[in-house]
Amino acid sequence: MSARTASEPYAPRGFGLALESAAAWLLAVLWLLPLLYAFWTAFHPSEFSARFTLTAPLTLENFATAWNAAPFARYFLNTFLLVTMILVCQFALCTLAAYAFARYSFRGREVAFTLVLVQLMIMPDVLIVENYRTMSRLGILDSIPAIALPYVASAFGIFLLRQTFKTVPKELDDAARVEGASALQVLWRVYVPLARPIYVAYGLVSVSYHWNNFLWPLIVTNSVESRPLTVGLQVFSSTDQGIDWAVICAATLMTSGPLLVAFLLFQRQFVQSFMRAGIR
Amino acid sequence: MSERITASPEHTSPRARGEVGAHGAPGEGLTRDVTDPSSAPHPDPLPASGEREKHRTRRAAPEATLNAIHAWLLLLPAMALLALFTHWPAFATFIDSFWSTPRPRRPSRFIGIDTYRHMLDDPVFWQSLTNNFWFALGTIPISMALALLMALWVNDRIAGRALVRMAYFTPTVLPMIAVANIWLFFYTPQYGLLEQFRSLFGLPSHNWLGTPDYALAAVIVVAIWKEAGFFMIFYLAALQTISPTLAEAAALEGASRWTFFRRVQLPLLMPTTLFVLVNAVINAFRMVDHIIVMTRGGPDNATSLLLFYIYEVGFKFWDTNYAAALTVVLLIILGVTALGQYFFLERRVHYR
Repeated sequence: MSARTASEPYAPRGFGLALESAAAWLLAVLWLLPLLYAFWTAFHPSEFSARFTLTAPLTLENFATAWNAAPFARYFLNTFLLVTMILVCQFALCTLAAYAFARYSFRGREVAFTLVLVQLMIMPDVLIVENYRTMSRLGILDSIPAIALPYVASAFGIFLLRQTFKTVPKELDDAARVEGASALQVLWRVYVPLARPIYVAYGLVSVSYHWNNFLWPLIVTNSVESRPLTVGLQVFSSTDQGIDWAVICAATLMTSGPLLVAFLLFQRQFVQSFMRAGIR
Repeated sequence: MSERITASPEHTSPRARGEVGAHGAPGEGLTRDVTDPSSAPHPDPLPASGEREKHRTRRAAPEATLNAIHAWLLLLPAMALLALFTHWPAFATFIDSFWSTPRPRRPSRFIGIDTYRHMLDDPVFWQSLTNNFWFALGTIPISMALALLMALWVNDRIAGRALVRMAYFTPTVLPMIAVANIWLFFYTPQYGLLEQFRSLFGLPSHNWLGTPDYALAAVIVVAIWKEAGFFMIFYLAALQTISPTLAEAAALEGASRWTFFRRVQLPLLMPTTLFVLVNAVINAFRMVDHIIVMTRGGPDNATSLLLFYIYEVGFKFWDTNYAAALTVVLLIILGVTALGQYFFLERRVHYR
């Protein structure tokens, strides 16, 4: 204890710590309030939507109603396919490109890398008009690949992996090559295994980003067969449902459920991944 | 680790980072550990490397060409998709903004800067731009200040800090579209939670999202709530790398808690602050999901943001070329942010 206080002279103690804890908790409750409210509404009959009585009966009826009112099963499948497709393609493309940038010196490398970095500022999110036109020309409007394609070559992923690959000792690379491994074999056997934590971090960030993405999917999709959950939820809550808040809250929690559960279970990994992905 | 953190704002200035990496910055523990065992099998590398050297000089030119071909083949898939979905659309946006929108009876024709003239006369454009400006000014400082406060709190040994941190961070992992639905309910006149609080204190009911004066503020609150926890983790990471010896030294000098924060912690957090700032600016011009759910730009365009207006013009009115011209404005804003970051960050952040 004494060692700790000596090394942290500014850590609050006693009354100060209690005051700080209280303030932090107050803000935390405030922060969770909208979510707790949604939970209350979703798990109680709609006549208790805005009345808080402890005797209110719990029910799953709202979830059943929501599930039956819209093809959520299909939406879940679409989102799952979308997220998987994007992740697999991002891993493949970004790994190859990052390896080229990290370990090859060739003419035009700086220019190419600058061209990649352009995407950090001009994200596909803002190029909706032209990308819609492109998808229309390609004839793939209203399909899951159309949602995925603009995000597959991710500047963020390339940058992140390049930074990681650069920390791999050159001697490891040379050693593998002396033993006769080709460039791709070296990449696969040396670089990728060493960068595993970064892949996990990037994967978590990518999955939660694309699970939550809304505007572009809203624009390119037009049918139940291709709509991801976010768009499905919007269609459901704006047209089908009037104002039965209990059912809308149930649908809302249902769509964010898997991500929320995953977050609660792997909280530390999530926070560290977002941190790691942002910092590098 | 500290090098990594100071490098955070260099997110888009990787050349400097690259140099650090090339000169052998402290890698991850992982990579360090692996170095030794696998270089062990080659205890006397001299003959081998000498031979390779000869090999290399003899066929230097073709090897360099081969190298370049390899590299470009590795880059090809990513570069092709980037060109197709980032570079080309950015360029095409610019070109299209000088042409009229094709209509069934009237094919597209070159109209020069007419679209931009029209834009200057369009009150909704100006309002969206102004709204977006206020939206940025409302969300960025408050969410960043809150993020720093949250990080300072969670960094101290408060009771149950894991739970508190989770509470702050949760909005980040939830879809904006979902939380916007919840907030819509929260704000509902007469019925929502906010209204119940107000009626508890005998205040009259108020339609927050339906009144032009309050709607933008109501939307700003949602954005702050969504973002503060995300920015918190960057501050938290940076705070944890500040060496405890600095605190000891400051305490020996008799500095107060406030002085320590202002003179030591805050300057050391500067790179993080700038990194977060750039992200916050980009987000302020990119976040429109909650607008679509909560207000659809209304009432009376009071919450229409630039990207939302682009969406409306492009996909509700199908005036695609006007939408292209509006996108050019958005691209210019993002470009200026990028340049500002480049010059400002390069100059100011590397004072160490």
